[in-house]
Amino acid sequence: MKAFAYRVAKSEEEACKLLGEKAVAIAGGTSLLNLMKNHVVQPDTVVSISRLSGCDKIEPAAAGLKVGANVRIADLAASAEVKKGYPALAQAAANVASPQIQHMGTIGGNLCQRPSCWYFTQEAFDCLKRGGSTCPAREGENEFHAILGNDGPCVMVHPSSLAPALVALGARVRIAGPAGAREVGIEELFVLPKTNPRAETVLAPNEIVTHVLLGASWPQSATYEVRQKASNDWAISTASVALKIEGGSCADARVCLGAVAPVPWRAAGAEAALKGKPVTEESALAAAEAAVAGATPLNQNAYKVTTARTAVRRAILLAAAAK
Amino acid sequence: MKYPVALTVNGRRHEVEVEARTLLVQLLRDELGLTGTHVGCEDSLCGACTVILDGKALKSCTRLAVQADGSEVLTIEGLAEEARRAGIASPSGLHPIQEAFWDRHGVQCGFCTPGMVLAAKELLERCPRPTEEEVRRGIDGNLCRCTGYQRIVEAVRLAAERLAASAPAPGERRAPA
Repeated sequence: MKAFAYRVAKSEEEACKLLGEKAVAIAGGTSLLNLMKNHVVQPDTVVSISRLSGCDKIEPAAAGLKVGANVRIADLAASAEVKKGYPALAQAAANVASPQIQHMGTIGGNLCQRPSCWYFTQEAFDCLKRGGSTCPAREGENEFHAILGNDGPCVMVHPSSLAPALVALGARVRIAGPAGAREVGIEELFVLPKTNPRAETVLAPNEIVTHVLLGASWPQSATYEVRQKASNDWAISTASVALKIEGGSCADARVCLGAVAPVPWRAAGAEAALKGKPVTEESALAAAEAAVAGATPLNQNAYKVTTARTAVRRAILLAAAAK
Repeated sequence: MKYPVALTVNGRRHEVEVEARTLLVQLLRDELGLTGTHVGCEDSLCGACTVILDGKALKSCTRLAVQADGSEVLTIEGLAEEARRAGIASPSGLHPIQEAFWDRHGVQCGFCTPGMVLAAKELLERCPRPTEEEVRRGIDGNLCRCTGYQRIVEAVRLAAERLAASAPAPGERRAPA
C-alpha cells in the first residue's frame, strides 16, 4: 500500500473540507483497503468518517426510519424495526459476505463501494474505469458481468447488496457537501457508465452520504439472492420486491434487480405485470419474465438471465407470503 | 509520518506510533509480537486474521491500526486468561471453546484455528445455543482447508453446551480461578 496521511473528521463539515480528488473517505474500509492494497486506489489522504456525530443510529423519523450512514450492516440485519417494516432490507443485510464483514461494513459504504469486477480490482488490467482505453470485460471473462444496461462503455455490475432493497423500498439519501446538504432519491444516487465511466455515484469527491431515509414501511417486501456458494460470496443475481396487496390483488409493486447491471436495475415491466392482479405462481413468473425481457447477455453470461428471472419470481412470492 | 495509537490488547494498554498504512494485524504481529493472529489471504476473505475488537469479530488484515485507536482488542493469546478471569476456564486452563476444539479434534494444521475460535466466541456471545445451521452461518467468514468443517461445527456446539452449563445463575458471582 502506498503511504498516505490519515485524518479523522468529527463533523460532516470537516469531512467535506478534508475530502477531495486525492483524499478519500474511509468507514468500514472493507472495499477501500483491499483496493489500496492492490494499488487500484492510491490516495494522498484517507479521511475517517467513522466518528461523525449523528451518523451511527437507526432512528424513527417522521415518515419512517432515518438510518445513519455509519450504521453497521450487522446492526441493520438485527434491527427489529428494519426486520418488521422493511424485511427486504434486513434480508439483504443478512446476506452480506460474512459476520466479520457485516460488523465492519456500513450502509453508507455499501452504497458507495467501488466495483468488484476482476478487471477493475487488479492493477495489471487496462480498465476504462481507471482511466484505461477500453473495457476488458466486454470481450473477456464476463461470466459475472452485466446482462442489462450494458450498452455503455463498461459492463460492470453494481456491487451493493443493499441498494436493490433500498430502491424497492423507495429510500432517499442525504448527501453532505461543501455547500450544504441535499437529498436525492436512491435511484438518482447511481450513474450508468455512459453518463460517467469513472464513477458509480453522483457524489463529488468532497461529498459524502450521511443518512439513508426510509419512508412508510413495506412489511410485504423481500430480497432473494442467487449465488454460486451458499456463504461468503457475491450474488450473481438479486431481486428485491416490495408489494402492497389489497383485497387479494396487487395494488402497488416495486421490483429492483441487483448484480445484473452497472446500477441497481429497476424493473418497471415487472411492476406493471403485477399491478391489479392476484400474486400467484403464474403472475410472479410473468413479472419475472418481464423483468429480464430486455436482457442483452454477453458471451459468457446468458445463464444470468435465468438466475435473474428466478430471483425475481422467488422474491415476489416471498414478499407476498410475508405478513 | 507516524501516528500515535493507544489501544488495549488482551487487557494490556499499549501506546505505539505507526504509519497510517500499517494494518491492525501488522501492529499485533510485528509491533506487539502477538503472532497467534494469522495472515492468510490478506484480502478479508479467509478469516485467519479474525480478532475481536470492541466485542465484535472482524478481519484485522482489512483494518488500519490507526482506525483501532481507542479500541479494546482480544486476540487468541488473551482468550484463556479472559476465561480464567471470568471463572469459566477448563481444568487445563483453556477457554471452553479452545477445550472443545481440542476434544472434538476441530484442529488439524491449525492455521485457521485462532480466527475460527474467535469467530466462534463472538457467535456464542450473540447466540448462546446455536443450531448447526447458525454455527455454519457464524463461521461463514473463516476458511478451513483441512477439517471439512464438521469437527469445527461439533466443537462449537459442544462449547455452547459447556458454557451454558457453567454459566453462573443470575446474580451469582464466581470467585476467580
